[in-house]
Amino acid sequence: MTFEHSTSPLLGRLNWESLPFHEPILVATFAVVVIGGLGVLALITRYKLWGYLWKEWFTTVDHKKIGIMYMILGLIMFLRGFADAVMMRLQQAMAFGGSEGYLNAHHYDQIFTAHGVIMIFFVAMPLITGLMNYLVPLQIGARDVSFPFLNNFSFWMTTMGAVLVMASLFIGEFARTGWLAYPPLSGIGYSPGVGVDYYIWALQIAGVGTTLSGINLIATIVKMRAPGMGLMKMPVFTWTSLCANILIVASFPILTATLVLLSADRYIGTNFFTNDFGGNPMMYVNLIWIWGHPEVYILILPLFGVFSEVTSTFSGKKLFGYTSMVYATVVITILSYLVWLHHFFTMGSGASVNSFFGITTMIISIPTGAKLFNWLFTMYRGRIRFELPMMWTVAFMLTFVIGGMTGVMLAVPPADFVLHNSLFLIAHFHNVIIGGVLFGLFAAINFWWPKAFGFRLEKKWGLVSFWCWVVGFWMAFMPLYVLGFMGVTRRMRVFDDPAYQIWFVIAGVGVAVIAVGILAMLIQFAVSIIHRDKLRDETGDPWLGRTLEWATSSPPPDYNFAKTPIIHDSDAWWDMKTRGYQRPSEGFKPIHMPANTGAGFILSALSLIVGFALIWYIWWLAAAGFAALIAYAIFHTFNYRRDYYIPAETVQATEDARTQALAAAAATQG
Amino acid sequence: MRRLRPLLLLPLLALLPACQAVVLAPAGDIAAQQRDLLVMSVLLMLIVIIPVMILTVFFAWKYRESNKEARYEPDWDHSTHLELVIWAAPLLIIICLGAITWAGTHLLDPYRPLDRVAAGQAVAEDHRPLQVEVVAMDWKWLFIYPEYGIATVNELAAPVDRPIRFHITSTGVMNSFYIPALAGQIYAMPGMETKLHAVINRPGEYVGFSANYSGDGFSNMRFAFHGLDEAGFDQWVAGVRAAGQGLDRDTYLELEKPSEKVPVIHYASVDDRLFDAVVNMCVEPGKMCMGEMMDIDRKGGLGLTAVKNTLPLVYDKYARRGDAVFGAGESYVLTICTPLEAEAAAVEAARRRQAFGEDVARDTPLNRVMGQGLERPGRSEPGQRFASLFSAPAASQS
Repeated sequence: MTFEHSTSPLLGRLNWESLPFHEPILVATFAVVVIGGLGVLALITRYKLWGYLWKEWFTTVDHKKIGIMYMILGLIMFLRGFADAVMMRLQQAMAFGGSEGYLNAHHYDQIFTAHGVIMIFFVAMPLITGLMNYLVPLQIGARDVSFPFLNNFSFWMTTMGAVLVMASLFIGEFARTGWLAYPPLSGIGYSPGVGVDYYIWALQIAGVGTTLSGINLIATIVKMRAPGMGLMKMPVFTWTSLCANILIVASFPILTATLVLLSADRYIGTNFFTNDFGGNPMMYVNLIWIWGHPEVYILILPLFGVFSEVTSTFSGKKLFGYTSMVYATVVITILSYLVWLHHFFTMGSGASVNSFFGITTMIISIPTGAKLFNWLFTMYRGRIRFELPMMWTVAFMLTFVIGGMTGVMLAVPPADFVLHNSLFLIAHFHNVIIGGVLFGLFAAINFWWPKAFGFRLEKKWGLVSFWCWVVGFWMAFMPLYVLGFMGVTRRMRVFDDPAYQIWFVIAGVGVAVIAVGILAMLIQFAVSIIHRDKLRDETGDPWLGRTLEWATSSPPPDYNFAKTPIIHDSDAWWDMKTRGYQRPSEGFKPIHMPANTGAGFILSALSLIVGFALIWYIWWLAAAGFAALIAYAIFHTFNYRRDYYIPAETVQATEDARTQALAAAAATQG
Repeated sequence: MRRLRPLLLLPLLALLPACQAVVLAPAGDIAAQQRDLLVMSVLLMLIVIIPVMILTVFFAWKYRESNKEARYEPDWDHSTHLELVIWAAPLLIIICLGAITWAGTHLLDPYRPLDRVAAGQAVAEDHRPLQVEVVAMDWKWLFIYPEYGIATVNELAAPVDRPIRFHITSTGVMNSFYIPALAGQIYAMPGMETKLHAVINRPGEYVGFSANYSGDGFSNMRFAFHGLDEAGFDQWVAGVRAAGQGLDRDTYLELEKPSEKVPVIHYASVDDRLFDAVVNMCVEPGKMCMGEMMDIDRKGGLGLTAVKNTLPLVYDKYARRGDAVFGAGESYVLTICTPLEAEAAAVEAARRRQAFGEDVARDTPLNRVMGQGLERPGRSEPGQRFASLFSAPAASQS
């Protein structure tokens, strides 16, 4: 795509040429999105849902609703990221023997960049943030997070980042640089278009949300635990969330700073990462991985927590080695900062530097291995119920060890010299991210869905989804390990050697099986919602849970706990149950709650406008948007209606209703 | 879970196509040693991986809910012995693996000259490695053989069992120089030189490529690597020498422009300072080489005057693939003051010099170039400093 070199004062470099009319695939996608989008908007209008959505969801400061919105965002973006994966697999399975496939370089290079960016920043991150948002306050017996408005603002910033990435599909282009946008390729000299600018501003806007949400959750965990819950009595998921959020707060500013430097190179002609004038692109590579490696632990740590909760619950046992589990998590948190160079052993660092980082990387596998053993011995002498969350956990354990092993292979520098950037590497990180993060998220969704909505997920379609995912995953990525050994490198669009093709075809079939798995999961959600009365759980504790979130009703009331519980054990709810806990049924006091506000949405929307204007060099709009942003932020500080009280009578009525529901449920069961 | 079991064998499939899996069956000694290290690390890890996988399946089966025979101890959550084992077992393996890694990384450091051409076959004491200078370009590879005064594009050849010493750089963006059959990869980066030592042991036709994404033409950035016997190599060199054209700087600047799917090109002669100039980003006539710039900087730099000196430093203006609206292209600082201010500054400098009793005749045009940073500390011997500053670049530019 060529861009007009001149910019107009009104629209910057945005003009008709910016719209990709010449790409039939994009035009068709655009048409579908427009028609589908209009349909959804029409339905919302038809059923007069705008007011409901705005009042109950968009402006909410309730951590539970924000958590659910994060999950929805993550799942929607997952479909986009997966569509990119399908297109890549199709291209690579086709483009042999002189065939160019069906994607030109301009389009294909955007797809693999977008796939990586979306899957990490707008799928994995929202999903784990949503999970932590939903669960952490419930697990520690709090009414909400420390800064409820900030939480809403964080969510909308993340969403606006995602909107920017989606906009790049139809207005202009996305980056063609790979998901980490290494300069000099991402510099203005080699990527003069808007793609890298979309990348920068999408990540900067979403990054604000992520960082603030990290601060929020740390404050929540540190300050808002129920009385009695010492650090070593926190549920393991809360522990792993704490560590993940510490990693977020310590590493995302590095990403922000790195992207600021790259923007300075691109916008005002500085030379941090350029080839000439003393710039050095290797600095960028170092900086981005000093963020990037902790990032992968940000993704996996909360899921380690999920597996701990699930294993312990479904084995009907206390978690084996709680203390060593906690220490393993903390060790991983610290070590994750000492390994970044293993992403570029091949950049010519000396042997001593390479060995150092190779060995630190291997050391991380020790606490990780200890965790695996802990889950194993939690199952040992348990009574394992193979509900869906537990099945995902066992699948994780079997998949993740292979991913861990290939990871340690890559950590041996001389071995990395032959496998770096190969499809072996691709197979490795999908092995740990799908096998670890995604399987963990699916376990979590199946596990906590009844808590969030008051009814279980249907099992039959869940099983279909489970088997399709597991089989599909192995089919899609084992061939990539093989291709890595055949010396096939990543990000290739066309191939010479026909021997590769069969493996790409197998991988393509694997992706098709995964697609069935995704479809089955969507059907599972739909079927469960339709049959929700049959799947209803009135007890609030469908799995014989162990931690505090199962103590309250499903879905929990706005205030989570009518009276703050007092904690004596790390499995607080289990402990309460065994000691014959009685639900408080009277003597409630008014509950102080944060009030909804639209400020988060408005500030984020203004940020979106500023980002868009900066991408397209529409300077007046950027300036106006920024001024409005500041003005509105100041205006918001004068909003004094930030809280309200739930009257004691309302609490009483809610709790009475639950008492009756529990009694009715007990009667039908009895 | 039992149905999962056959899937566990899938990784072994990787070993089946070993005949095609060049990484596992390479033709060069370095790649072979790297492969050995890979296999060794896998075997070491399998010591713990296999028991874990078996135990997972076994525990999952044995302690299933329907098996009421199995022991159930809901409150058993700690065992110091077991904890010791589960931390110690991985630790011991990592200690072994760490030792192997340390040794292997140093032995197989791509910068380290070879001491053997194959297992049990040390290099001859008087051997001379084949020098090859590699330039990764958009999107093709240039190979220069300084010893033979020839150069090729997208074709590389080397005699078997003779150590090769690669000097690698890139023109614009990062690439990675990788011939899987020969040795592991190393990045090719603009303005920098990386090195790789390797040897090919079996004659044959191999494939080399860029293993780091570098833009539109990346997929086709492949070249043929011929492992030849001594006679075959001499013949190949003679063949290249028979090509009519030579590679001078103008030809190079033309070649450097982005192009895809470039056929093999032979150059019978080559500018013998070309590779140095590429690394120093000064192939183009009139450009200041990075080495010269560093030399000036090491001696104290040009101070504020340096900002007037930017135009000969610009590198990416020809390599870039499009025009930028903003960025380096349009935003040079050409001067830091108006002519009036400059004149005032010169008058002021002369006045100060007079006040310090110095020779006014020193106020030559060159003097202004010296900049403020230089004047202060070494005022006693300005002439000498001057000479050393400007003679070096002058010499190297000739």
